[in-house]
Amino acid sequence: MELKNEAWDLEIKPQDTVFDLHLKDVWNYRDLLWLLVRRDFVSFYKQTIFGPLWFFIQPIFTTIIFTFIFSRMAGISTNGAPAPIFYMAGNVAWSYFSDGLNKTSTVFRDNVSIFGKVYFPRLIMPLSIIFSNLVKFGVQFILFIILMAYYLFKGENVHPNMYVLLFPVVMFLMAILSLGLGLIITALTTKYRDLVFLVTFGVQLLMYATPVIYPLSAASAKYRLLIICNPLSGLIETFRYGFLGAGQFYPYAFAYSTVASFVIFLIGLVIFNKVEKNFVDTI
Amino acid sequence: MNNTVIKAENLAKAYQLGEFSTGTLSRDIERWWALMRGKEDPFLKIGEANDRTSKGGSDIVWSLRDINFEIDQGDSIGIIGRNGAGKSTLLKVLSRVTTPTAGGVKIKGRIASLLEVGTGFHPELTGRENIFLNGAILGMRKAEIRKHFDAIVDFAGIERYIDTPVKRYSSGMYVRLAFAVAAHLESEILIVDEVLAVGDAEFQRKCLGKMSDVSTKDGRTVLFVSHNMQSISTLTNNCIYLKQGLLVDKGPTEQIISTYLNDGANIGGQYVDSPIGDEPKIVKMELITSEPGNTHVNGAELKIIIDIYCPRPLKGAGIALEAVNIYDQKIMNLWNFDSEIPMCRKSGITRMVCTIPTIRLYMGNYHFNVYLAEQTGAKMLQALEKVCAFEMVMLGTHRDYQWQEGSCTYIEDFEWDVSE
Repeated sequence: MELKNEAWDLEIKPQDTVFDLHLKDVWNYRDLLWLLVRRDFVSFYKQTIFGPLWFFIQPIFTTIIFTFIFSRMAGISTNGAPAPIFYMAGNVAWSYFSDGLNKTSTVFRDNVSIFGKVYFPRLIMPLSIIFSNLVKFGVQFILFIILMAYYLFKGENVHPNMYVLLFPVVMFLMAILSLGLGLIITALTTKYRDLVFLVTFGVQLLMYATPVIYPLSAASAKYRLLIICNPLSGLIETFRYGFLGAGQFYPYAFAYSTVASFVIFLIGLVIFNKVEKNFVDTI
Repeated sequence: MNNTVIKAENLAKAYQLGEFSTGTLSRDIERWWALMRGKEDPFLKIGEANDRTSKGGSDIVWSLRDINFEIDQGDSIGIIGRNGAGKSTLLKVLSRVTTPTAGGVKIKGRIASLLEVGTGFHPELTGRENIFLNGAILGMRKAEIRKHFDAIVDFAGIERYIDTPVKRYSSGMYVRLAFAVAAHLESEILIVDEVLAVGDAEFQRKCLGKMSDVSTKDGRTVLFVSHNMQSISTLTNNCIYLKQGLLVDKGPTEQIISTYLNDGANIGGQYVDSPIGDEPKIVKMELITSEPGNTHVNGAELKIIIDIYCPRPLKGAGIALEAVNIYDQKIMNLWNFDSEIPMCRKSGITRMVCTIPTIRLYMGNYHFNVYLAEQTGAKMLQALEKVCAFEMVMLGTHRDYQWQEGSCTYIEDFEWDVSE
């Protein structure tokens, strides 16, 4: 067997350049990605009676409670859309984002036993979380479509329009936004555990700074700018407007959300990539 | 032709001691400030040995320092050294779990590491699902796993349970399945930590057999860490000896093992007590083993020296020594009573030397329990447990079918008379 002297396949060095993200490595491990998504999905409903039906329970109950509290009791506007579908749209989209953020932000801590024993591109783990979430979202989305069909059939004030075509883009942006934020947080929590506590209630608070339970149009001018600063606002508003026709499309907010999502995602990738190499020594 | 597949150059790895909590942020800022001005990291001072028994001046220890070696294709390399010598750190760096602080390693071919069996097994998933998941974690593609699937199930011997969640497996089945997956990796380089210490003797034998196949038949490179000199000498042809983060020696296995054992020649295996007090007692017990470091080759002469302190003459004294294996089974008994060879009839120190001309204990770790009595055993004076640990090895006693751990407890002298 003839091997050239300098034809090394791999070099283990102290520090690679910050922007070498090993994306080719991630591609080589794509089978692992799918197997992890499958694992998350299958292990979720093993030994349960209702199985995947549990994915429905959470949005149904949240929708009922939101409708009762925010619409019936507090009387917050829904831009004319039926309250249940308005809240379900907000809730399904929000939980897609928040679940992604919550789970990716602990990815180093949760997987330290695996990461400490075997190498694979670490990015696979948070990616698999985002994809698992997409599966969960898909199931909940079916519920949303059923409810929407019901209201359409009844002739209620639900008007899907051409902005629904932005739906895949919105999903993609929400995915990279939650992934980016999660990567930044998990990278920092390897050293500063304080962030763990911040994230658990910070995400809850963030929901109120996002037009989930209220439309952006209902926010007073004073706070509207603040809410638009949250890159999620433009995304959730677009999602809801596309399907329900309630409210309006805010092109500037959407453009801002797009740019912000990409920037946060890239920052997250770079920080994660820098921390992943040595985090087992510090965690 | 150059067949080097692993080349380590000036490899070094530092760890920070102590807590990472308050002060972490301020220290990070200080470090960042130093690096910005182009100075070296103020918290990394090169040159302190990783000696865990003495307190060092800085919070940084060098777990590995200036490690240089080359490994050829098809070689099987043992990495030996005491606890804390840097073996695990070296494996972690090689398997890319962590990065070195300085220096580097160049590698040809795919590398798979088995630092633990069953990494990433999910208890809720079935054996089948876990084979795929674990295989993928170890770096196999789905198609490769599918190709080896039957062989893996067969090797693990769990065909009947393949669609049962692994949480219902016995721990033995679990380990067998996990090792089976790892054993069928198609990587050119395989790194194995001391994972074979699990599982029953039969399975261990199977694993060791598989591992030597991997290196001899498949021509793949194996790196193997163990504290067990017997498996090292069975499985590897070359060794690297690490001590306090430094590479002390490298070369053919037998030679390095002997260096390692010689280096460890200390009084650790002795039992010593001071000759004071009113009661008779053993003040010294020492083994004269065939190799240094309380290591003894099967079939060689073993001497046991015992000094007994007697503040008064004893009547009907007696002593018994039991050699006990790691499972606390008593394997061998040695004794003397005053009625056989008179002992301890005068006050002072009595020295007794017991010689076993050809000790035939099977390889493994043993220690002694010692009992001192008087009045022909009616009155116990002293009972010492787990003293003078020693290891029996079978270096140089080659057989066509290699000796395996736990095969028996001792080997008798024998002769064959074969007629055809």
